[in-house]
Amino acid sequence: MDLVRIQKQDFDINKEVELVKAASKSIGGVVSFLGAGRDISKGEQITMLDFEHYPGMAEKKLQEIRERALKNFNIIEMGIVHRIGEIDIGENIVLIIAAAQHRNDAFMACEWAIAELKRITPIWKRETTKKGEVWVEEHP
Amino acid sequence: MIKVRFFAMLKNKTGKEEVNLSVPDNITLEKLKAILKNEFPAIAEFIERKSIMISVNQEFATNTTIIKDGDEVALLPPFSGG
Repeated sequence: MDLVRIQKQDFDINKEVELVKAASKSIGGVVSFLGAGRDISKGEQITMLDFEHYPGMAEKKLQEIRERALKNFNIIEMGIVHRIGEIDIGENIVLIIAAAQHRNDAFMACEWAIAELKRITPIWKRETTKKGEVWVEEHP
Repeated sequence: MIKVRFFAMLKNKTGKEEVNLSVPDNITLEKLKAILKNEFPAIAEFIERKSIMISVNQEFATNTTIIKDGDEVALLPPFSGG
């Protein structure tokens, strides 16, 4: 299984961690970020989320984030999985796993990677509220 | 002929996912933006916004990027993944 993926189906966090850990026996610290579907946004009750992506470009940008993380941080491996399509409240959306010899490098790489994902990856979230469906960027 | 793709709110506003457009060859993205604003008045103000990014062949582009025949141009509203 690829370390960097965009997929409709849910992911198993333990399996994803094992996939990243399989890179090296020198891994001593693994840090993960899990993004989950929240039921509230700007005071509005959210009942459903829907993620759209730019096929091809979004995958390329996630690959680029992994490659830059491996180059710029002292980590051994990184995995990134982002879901698309309809996602219920409480379900997993995104998982980033950074693995290093020591924890500090893994924490730093993981934090950088989620911020960079939000900045450069063409993925969009649509929230369903009682008032209707709203693309999140319409309320900056 | 170039392909122009719309995503998220821009897809809703234009009512289209993609269109094929005949434009002069080797124009800059800045010139293409003027053409797009005329073609799609519903999203003219969004094309003006700095928060809208545009990609050419799946790479981020700037106003000086040259658009060639066969290119895929995409209008990308602010991202909200993660």
